[in-house]
Amino acid sequence: MSPIESTLINLALAVLLLPLAGFAMLIFFGKAIPRRDLFETGIMFVALGLSIFIMIEKVFVLSVPRIDMTIRWIDLGLLGSTQGFVLDVGIAIDNLSAIMLVVVTLISALVHMFSLGYMKGDVRYSRYYAYLGLFSFSMLGIVLSNNILMMYIFWELVGICSYLLIGHWYEKKSAADAGKKAFIVNRVGDVGFFIGIMILFTQLHTVLFKGIFSGIADGQLSDAWLTAAGILIFCGAVGKSAQFPLHVWLPDAMEGPTPVSALIHAATMVAAGVYLVARVYPMFTGDALTVIAYIGVITAFISATIAITQNDIKKVLAYSTISQLGYMIMGLGVGAYSAGFFHLVTHAAFKAGLFLGAGSVIYAMHHEQDMRQMGGLRKKMPITYWCFVIFSLSIAGIPFTSGFLSKDSILAGAFAYGRLSGNYLIPIVAYAVVFLTAMYMFRLIIMTFHGEPRDQHKFEHAKESPAVMTIPLIVLASLSLFFFYSLNPFDPEKGWIPQAVERPESVAPGWQQRTWDIIKIQEITRLHPNLGGSSAVTGQGETGSTGQLQANNNVSPFEVQPGDIVNNTTPYEIILGEVRYPGLELSLSMAVMGILAAFVIYQWKKIDAGKLKESVKPVYTFLSNKWYFDELYGATVVGGTVAFSRMLAWFDNNVIDGIVNGAATVTRLGSSLSGWFDNNVVDGLVNFSAWFTGLLGRETRRIQTGKVQTYIVFALLGAIIIFFAFRQF
Amino acid sequence: MMTLHVGLYHFLIVSAMLFALGIYGVITRKNAIMVLMGIELILNSANINFIAFTRFGLMNLTGQVVAIFVIILAAAEAAILLAIVLNVFQQLNTVNVDEVDKLKN
Repeated sequence: MSPIESTLINLALAVLLLPLAGFAMLIFFGKAIPRRDLFETGIMFVALGLSIFIMIEKVFVLSVPRIDMTIRWIDLGLLGSTQGFVLDVGIAIDNLSAIMLVVVTLISALVHMFSLGYMKGDVRYSRYYAYLGLFSFSMLGIVLSNNILMMYIFWELVGICSYLLIGHWYEKKSAADAGKKAFIVNRVGDVGFFIGIMILFTQLHTVLFKGIFSGIADGQLSDAWLTAAGILIFCGAVGKSAQFPLHVWLPDAMEGPTPVSALIHAATMVAAGVYLVARVYPMFTGDALTVIAYIGVITAFISATIAITQNDIKKVLAYSTISQLGYMIMGLGVGAYSAGFFHLVTHAAFKAGLFLGAGSVIYAMHHEQDMRQMGGLRKKMPITYWCFVIFSLSIAGIPFTSGFLSKDSILAGAFAYGRLSGNYLIPIVAYAVVFLTAMYMFRLIIMTFHGEPRDQHKFEHAKESPAVMTIPLIVLASLSLFFFYSLNPFDPEKGWIPQAVERPESVAPGWQQRTWDIIKIQEITRLHPNLGGSSAVTGQGETGSTGQLQANNNVSPFEVQPGDIVNNTTPYEIILGEVRYPGLELSLSMAVMGILAAFVIYQWKKIDAGKLKESVKPVYTFLSNKWYFDELYGATVVGGTVAFSRMLAWFDNNVIDGIVNGAATVTRLGSSLSGWFDNNVVDGLVNFSAWFTGLLGRETRRIQTGKVQTYIVFALLGAIIIFFAFRQF
Repeated sequence: MMTLHVGLYHFLIVSAMLFALGIYGVITRKNAIMVLMGIELILNSANINFIAFTRFGLMNLTGQVVAIFVIILAAAEAAILLAIVLNVFQQLNTVNVDEVDKLKN
């Protein structure tokens, strides 16, 4: 390891441990530290600075793909199995984790700063900051782990932080319940995740990512195990990233303080699921990826439809988060790996911004969250308003924003997937969700900031938030614009994030991958005048077949001449290039239509929202009740669990208790029996021996007369007896 | 005609009778002097045995020597015992051995 690499690893360790140190200081000496909130915030800004340095060094300066530091944690030698029991853990920095490092520390630092204003005067102020520090530590741990076991440990740690922070105001029953719900629903996914880890560990005897991948590439894992492990690990992502069918916890998690929602339930922790999928991406088979894509698109659609009908400002944003996470998962599933991760980064910025903006509004409205009580806040809170508009444009995917870059590359990936697999359901639904996204975001803006104030009293007291709250908004708003990510606002491929985070080669067996991923196509561009610079595609795949694409070729690989540009590429990339601009136009028009629809209904009121609601009443009721997921789970999973528990309780009360009581009765009976035996037989023997000894003593006492003559008689008798006893007959 | 031949067995029988009489005296007499006389009989029965064994050639002269020792011992013993009895009589005003039981209490 070169000096700069070990320096980077040490710095990464420092970034990881700084928030933990802050947590420990606040928990143990919280009262003794003056301005402890500033202390914790300062720590996060230091970590942010270090992270930015690490990222710049790693992504732009160093050329090594991966800096890895592994230590042997447990070595039990040979233990029954031939491979022994060895656990290696450590941290690694590659482009993926370096960029995530900055995302996490940046959002965390800004949320710490925002909380200075938002949480002022809170009852458990120092504990709040301590938990934020613990969360930051755990999240950075997930990002830096180079093995799946450590990742799982940090995974559970962010889960517990989420639980603690959702239940920050635990006096409120709904907050306490929401914390429990989030924790329990996450457990469901995590059990799957853990079983997946165990499968990998028992089969491959390592938890390191590189060991797992090389083991799979060597064919040490049978196909059934590979698919099972992939889907089980994805279960963890489903729970943490609130994907269908485990998405129900995230809207309830909005009971926590709003900055917490921004940090944990919008930008970082829920994106951990996406990060996990990106981390273990090489081990997914083609079928597993299809499952992932479907889960993602179903989630995106369901939550976008629910978001339209919600009236709580944070609930709308929560469903929007689920929907965007669905997009990322779908992006990874269809093969748009770098686009999915790119969207994670941009989404972290604009969704954290949206939540902080909502926090600013809620703060100004004295903890009113119902949008029907708001309105007309634009003039009162101009900074919040304009930041909010930028974030909304970004999430809707309007050009010159970051969301446009990332979202459109995901959509283009979905489009290309549809073209290649003939499965058009995914792209169609994905484009429909663009319309819904734009509509619910602008419905939120119009109801909150435009029109007439509906609650005059609260409106009069509302005012712009203090600088500690608006500065994070401004920073995030600027990060939601295109120039941080790509200098060309229309070409995400030229952005540095998609170029830094390239899709890794799959290690699954060839026949289990998608055909259009493994076939290599030689794309020959001939710049000779007679062909006019036309490009041609021809097949020379590993399998020797390229399907229908072969029909398009007009330059054979055997005719390659000097001056031709030959690129090895996959059909996926070619199709991606073809669908990029049609897809871009389609998504842009969907987004504009969505915004227009929101303005027509809620701003200009050309269509009366109430009447519209009445005309589609069954659908509206269905949507506003969140597709009855909670009721469904309540009736099936929760009801089933309760019924099963009752059954177990009955079993316990009757069978187990019966056995225990029976054992007690039998023991009592046995004891009384042995007690009788003791009292009579054993004590009888003892008493008898005492009595017998006494008798003997009483009887023999008589010969002890103290008279010499008596003794002589006895001695004589003895002598006579001895004489007769030893007489020789 | 039956001739009475006095052999070893006659001596032994006389000795045994003397011994038995001595034991009887020791056991039954209450008077310390009589007990002392019983002891003398026992000693003399032993002496008869020694002399008889010597006479019939079983012990050379050793038996006679031992007998003389025993006579000397008996004389010494009689002197000491009589002195004891005299003292006991002076102290307790009795020579009944059953009543000399001061150690018992």
